[in-house]
Order: sequence, then C-alpha cells, then structure tokens
Amino acid sequence: MQSDIKRLSLILLFAPFALWIVLLIILPHLGMVVLSLREKVAPRVYEFGFGNYIDFINEPIYWNTLLRTGSMSILVTILALLIGFPIAYYIAKIAGRRSRGALFLLCLIPLWVSDLIRAFGWILLLRETGVFSSFLQWSGMVSEPIEFLYNDITVVMGLVYTVILFMIVPLVSTLDGMDDAMVEAGYNLGGNGFTVLRRIIVPYAMPGIVSGCIVVFMMTAGSYLTPILLGGKNSSWFTEQIYDQFITRFNWESGAAFGFLLLAFTSLVVWLGLKLSGQTLANTVAKS
Amino acid sequence: MLSPKKGAGLIAALMLTTASYANAETLRLLTWGSYAPEELVQKFQEKYPDITVEVTFSNNEEMIAKLRATGGAGFDLAQPSHDRIYSAQLEYDIYKPMDLSKINTDVMEDSHLNGVKANTTIDGEVYAVPHQWGTSGLMANKAVAPDFKGWGDLCDPKYAGKTSMRLKRTILLGTAYSMGEDPFAAYSDLDKYQALLDRVADKLIECKANIKAYWKGGDDLSAMMLSGEVVASETWDSTAYKLYGQNKDIVFVPPETGALAWIDTFALPRKGKADDAAYKWINFVLEPENVTIMSGSTGAIAAVKGGLDMLPEDKKEAVTAAFTDADIANLKFFANIPPGVEDMEGKTLEKIKAATE
Repeated sequence: MQSDIKRLSLILLFAPFALWIVLLIILPHLGMVVLSLREKVAPRVYEFGFGNYIDFINEPIYWNTLLRTGSMSILVTILALLIGFPIAYYIAKIAGRRSRGALFLLCLIPLWVSDLIRAFGWILLLRETGVFSSFLQWSGMVSEPIEFLYNDITVVMGLVYTVILFMIVPLVSTLDGMDDAMVEAGYNLGGNGFTVLRRIIVPYAMPGIVSGCIVVFMMTAGSYLTPILLGGKNSSWFTEQIYDQFITRFNWESGAAFGFLLLAFTSLVVWLGLKLSGQTLANTVAKS
Repeated sequence: MLSPKKGAGLIAALMLTTASYANAETLRLLTWGSYAPEELVQKFQEKYPDITVEVTFSNNEEMIAKLRATGGAGFDLAQPSHDRIYSAQLEYDIYKPMDLSKINTDVMEDSHLNGVKANTTIDGEVYAVPHQWGTSGLMANKAVAPDFKGWGDLCDPKYAGKTSMRLKRTILLGTAYSMGEDPFAAYSDLDKYQALLDRVADKLIECKANIKAYWKGGDDLSAMMLSGEVVASETWDSTAYKLYGQNKDIVFVPPETGALAWIDTFALPRKGKADDAAYKWINFVLEPENVTIMSGSTGAIAAVKGGLDMLPEDKKEAVTAAFTDADIANLKFFANIPPGVEDMEGKTLEKIKAATE
C-alpha cells in the first residue's frame, strides 16, 4: 500500500517531465531524422538515402562554416570564462552580503532585454556614424570615421556579452559553497596567489566551470541573431546555413541533416572537452 | 495569484473569443508586413461584421514554408509573388484553384491579370490573381553619386566601401542583366543557367571588396543610406520611396537594363476554410478608395486600372521622380522559378558569402 502510493506519486511527479521530453524533444527529433534521410529525386518524389549527409561532406563551404562556427564558439567560451571567473569570484567571495545581491542583479539586467534589442544596441554604438566613432572623432583621436561593425571581432564580443551570464551563475553558486578557510589554509601553507588559485580555487570550482562552459558553448554555437546582425560580408554562421536550407531553398531534407550535424558536432566538442580536462558529467554538472 | 477582477476579465475575454468563433467567420490572412493596414482591416470588419480578420506578416519564402508545413492549412488567403506559385504548387500542393467569377477582375489592369494568369495556370486552373506590383532596382544619393545608373555601378571602385546589396536572388539576376545576359531566358536550360550563375558569382566575389555590408532588411538599409554610410544600394522601390520622403536626394534608380518587377498576388491555401471571406477581402481592397489606403501603407502600386493615379500624393511624387515611361516599358518581370533553380541560386549565394576577398 505504502509503496504503491510512493510509486504513484513518483509517476505523477515524473509525468510532466517525461511528456515534455518525449513530445517536444524526442518525437520532433525522430521526425527530423526521417526527414534528413529523404533524398529528393523529383517534385513530390523522395527516396531513402544518405545523400544529404554526403552533400555536406562534399561541399567545403558547409564544413568550413561548421568548423568556423565551432572554433569561434570555443573562443567565445574561453573569453567568457576568463572574464566571468573574476566577476563570479568577486560576487561570491569578496563582495559584502548586501552588495552581492545588487551585483548579481546588475549581471541579470541585460537579460531582461531581448537578444534583438541588445544586438541593435551594439549596432548603434559601433556603426560608422555611431556613438564610438563619433566620440573618437570629437576627441580628436582619429580624423576619419571608423567602422567597428561587420567583422568577426564584433561578433565574438557581442556573443560574449550575450552569454557571459550563463557562465557567471554556475560559477557563483559553486564558489559560494567554498569555505574561506581552505584559501586561508593554502596561504598558511606557503602558497602564493597563483598556487592557491591553481591548486585550490579552480579545482573546487570545476563543476561550475564545466557546466558553465557547456551551456555557453551550446548557446553560442546555436545562436542566430547576434552573428547575423553584427557579422560582416564574410561571416557565415552554421545556423544561418540551416535557416537558408529550410526557408530560402525549401530544402527541408538537407536542413534537417544540417541540424543533426550541428548537434553531433557540438556534442563531440563537449565530449572532447570533458576528456581533455579529465572531467566527467557525473562529478561536475550533476554536482554544480 | 489572479485578482478576482482580472480573473473575471480573463473569463470574459475567453468567452468573447469562443463566441466570435461560434458566430463569425475568421479570415486568416498570410501576407507581407504593411499589406493589411489597421485602417483597412477596421473598415472591412465594419462592412462585414460577421468576419474577423487575423493577419500574419511574412515574406515569400516563409509563406511557402508555413503552408508547406501544414499542407496548406492554417490560413485562408496568402499573398506570395507571382513567380512563387507555379513551382511551389507543383512541388508541395499548397494552393487551390481560384474561382475567377467571384473576383471583380474587370477593375484589374489587363496586362498584370493576364501575366499572372499565364504564370500561375496549371492544368487549366488559375491559382492566383494580381494585387500590387513594384520593382527591385537601385537607389542612389544623387548629391554624391549623380551618375549612378546600372547594377554594375555597385562594383565601381569610385564608390568603394560605399555601396550595399542584399545577398539574395535579385542581385544575381540584376548582375546577369548588367553582363548583357537574360537570366530568365536561361531558365529553360538549367546547365546554361548554371554556367551563367558561375560567371555572376565570379563577378560578385570580385565586387565584394567594394561593398560595405550586405543589408538584411529595410531597416538596416535605411539606416545606412540616411546616415550617408553608403551612397548607393540595391533596393526595393518602396524602401527608396520612403527614404525620398526624408531626403529628396535619395531616389530610386531603375537600372539601365530594366528594373526587376514583381507582382504580389492573392492565392488560396489548399486547406483554407473561409474562401468566401477571402474573395470578399480581395474585392474589398481593389475598391478605389481602399487602393489608396493600401498603397499608402505598402508603397507598392495596385494592379488595377489607373493604379498609379491612386497612389497617395507623396508616393506618386517619388514614383514620378524615379520612373520615366521608357523605364516602365523596360520593366523585367520575374519569370516563374522552375523546380531546382532555388537550390542552384542558393548554392551560388553561399559561395559568394563564403568567399574571402
């Protein structure tokens, strides 16, 4: 009797999650798999085959774009970690109880505005006739207007700005749990600042670092608006490629294949990252 | 927690929606931004109180993608361009034939009506009628680029870093014309068309260094043009007309090889549920006083007899500043896109985007 009730409540609690996973994640993805394995031979005629994946391999433009997207996303992840770690450390360990909430809120505020508006904000600041360029001219540092927009550096910067919060939050929550006594002990035992950071703080924060990096990397590789709006003439992003296949070229089959390739590629990068850093999902993400 | 007042309001709102679904017909319109001005929708609902109009704004590609996803369900009237009916119907079966006897075709300009009919007839059935037409071409700031006149001028080193274009099929076609070719004639022989596309791609890759940025929508194009960051660009005529209202130096320039003309049509999605309401809307927006309201909102010219004269004054001024009669006679209407061409053009555009200077 007792165990039946337990089981029932478990099922009831688990049901919404299971429904969500099955109906909104697994089923659509199965549909996409089927779609990606259809080859169009004539109008309204399709055949089963791997043609869409073979097309991807045979066309350097596609895999170059994927590699570009991947490497830029890794760069964004590293930058977000380098910039986010000191901020998180300050919020969790150095800031006083009361300012901590305020600082956290400051990090959150940009998220209240949509991606699109934030991208347009950057455009207003960085364009040739924008705020930065006008200011530099006014201050006499440059004589000609400068275009800051439409290049890869702007894209990386815009992406770091968009995702950095997702690095800071897990880092703060792990660092928050660290006992200050551990750092003190490190110093007492003769370690300098760098040693303490390397031997004590970073290992302790590892679960936060790993989960932050995974979230940030996935978000960056899958982002669409920022790279499209801030990017220049040569900056292709893989999600743009997928959109083009689906919408402008009416080629859902190859769009679906591209979607899977992106998923496989990002999963591979995450797996490699875990292997190289000697971490596992179980003792990092699950803990943070 | 909902306050009782809010809760009551919510329930009332729910009841209202269900009530309107029960008594009235809903006309679900899938059209371009600005093609269903609020003023007209209100007027239509006053004339036909039992019809509620729901509008979804989209563009050619997304309209087809949306209808394809549902096999033509979810909307009662769509407005793709005339070249997007034939192959979309052949490939995805998303439209249903129109009953021309229910449409007031007498008011339509004969050349447009016949052109659209010829483009969209499959097995003797007509799938679309014309609504409004406009062109794609160039715009230039006459104060700084007075001699700008052809597609090729976008790549003129004189304007290095000061021109823009949208990386879509229009620029491929325009560039082909500027090279002395007729891309639409090449549609019949796809191998020949591929060879032409390759040459166009080479030309546009070479041109890349001259371009400041590829614009993506009317807003970023307008901002670049008004700020003077670019002096000339490939454009839709309606965008150029809007800018003319703010700066009289910015005019639409029909390319010397002819501006590319499109006609946006009315087409019935295959599983549409309110055909009668759709026909009522079509006839309603073709009434002269409604044409002026519509054109004021869209900047496009209605495909009715005397459509040019029905433009609001400011738009008419912009059109006459841009077009001579010879330019109108020289219009190149987009030809039907045969199956497969979208893929070829898409690949070419990707090649151009990925190329480094």
